[in-house]
Amino acid sequence: MLQEYIPVLLQILIAGGFAAAALILSVIFGKSAARNPTKDSAYECGMLPVGPGQARFSVKFYLVAMLFVIFDIEVVFLYPWAVTFNELAAGAVEKGQNFFSESYAFFWGMTGFLGILFIAYLYALKKGALRWN
Amino acid sequence: MDITFILISVAKIIGLVFLTILPMVAYSVWAERRVSALIQDRVGPNRVGIPFTKIRLAGLGQPIADGIKFLLKEDFTPSHVRKGYYWLAPALTMVPALLTCAVLPFGSELFGIKMVIADLSVGPLFIFAIASLSVYGIVLAGWASNSKYPFLGGVRSSSQMISYEISLGLSIVPILMIFGQLNLSDIVMEQARNGWALLPLWGDRLSLKGFLLFIPIFISFVIFTTSMFAETNRLPFDLPECETELVAGYHTEYSSMKFALFFLGEYAAMIIGSGLAVTLFLGGWSLPFGWLVPEDGASVPFWMGALHILSFLGKVVAFILFFIWVRWSLPRFRYDQLMRLGWVFFFEIALFNILLTAGILLFVK
Repeated sequence: MLQEYIPVLLQILIAGGFAAAALILSVIFGKSAARNPTKDSAYECGMLPVGPGQARFSVKFYLVAMLFVIFDIEVVFLYPWAVTFNELAAGAVEKGQNFFSESYAFFWGMTGFLGILFIAYLYALKKGALRWN
Repeated sequence: MDITFILISVAKIIGLVFLTILPMVAYSVWAERRVSALIQDRVGPNRVGIPFTKIRLAGLGQPIADGIKFLLKEDFTPSHVRKGYYWLAPALTMVPALLTCAVLPFGSELFGIKMVIADLSVGPLFIFAIASLSVYGIVLAGWASNSKYPFLGGVRSSSQMISYEISLGLSIVPILMIFGQLNLSDIVMEQARNGWALLPLWGDRLSLKGFLLFIPIFISFVIFTTSMFAETNRLPFDLPECETELVAGYHTEYSSMKFALFFLGEYAAMIIGSGLAVTLFLGGWSLPFGWLVPEDGASVPFWMGALHILSFLGKVVAFILFFIWVRWSLPRFRYDQLMRLGWVFFFEIALFNILLTAGILLFVK
């Protein structure tokens, strides 16, 4: 079972080794030239750098990150349901009950879950969490 | 767990990563420049051929010359940066990009060996988990550079990437519902027998249900491809590095091989993204109309295995040309438009699409 992951481990080592080798080779083969204050300054299109390197930035980016965490978990939660959907549907059809009966609970359960999240999403939208002007 | 298994894995990794993806990266940069020249009625790089001769080969030597140049340029670390993270960032962008190809089935079989590096039963999940790690490289690059433009580029890029990751994740849920599994090799096999997701013209998919399912699959495909453009920071979503506002975005302060690693990571991500799209929607390595589908348990002759690999690479190359074509045809989005597209339109359409797929699967026989 875990044997399938050994190639992944090997690939991590090889890709990491490649990145390290590239960085080291560049230091070895790269030219070295004298430093001077102009070359050493932060690049601002040739002007002298003004103020600190890190300006303050909009809190919106932070909000987006928070919303991402919430909705990405929802997406991951959907995957197992999606993968087993066909089996569950086949089971429900076999029982032959009507669409609103208990055997279709797998469908209504997910609809309810998505509905609740959609309301939360609408709330965030109405609050202007995703408005950028 | 024996030594031949490890050797075969290493051979597959080297074959795919170093002999396929990295040359493809180099030549997609060349193709990008040549195609953009073609689109804009210019000539593009056509000089570099075989050194010390007059043979030009339409500039095919250009990527190799560029590579050597990257290696020989001064490796300059400005003194205002945060050194450790500054060095770590390029590697962190490139390693995940190369890692994601581990689960892509790039061919059927060759000499009885399955042409996929790690045949995991969680393919798409693995790809999304690893691909989202490359956000770290970009954030670190922007922050460690300690300079304004890289910082803004890094912040923009990270929020754009995580926003589109949601629509990317949601867009493949209908595909998972239809195929009922997460193993990419099996998904490709099923498409080879029963019709590609986007071309339901043979096998089981040649039915009313198959045609109806084409609608949600097509919606998924549009959302997936567009999100892929955003994930790889390509035009029309290249706001993290739009040269008219941010110089070069998060890699402004980078030079030499470190810059090359960012470049490499970006193009590798684009190639592997195309590979995933091909695998999920266009039948992976299979040929259309169920031609030359290997039987269960039967051995695949060498020519057939090679043809399957070529078919996969051909589809990926077509996808990359599409990427390039779009880049030189569409103008750049504004940041608020970009976020609105991802969060408002794609999110809602993708959710609706899941219900649509569920409805079709439940009610159409």
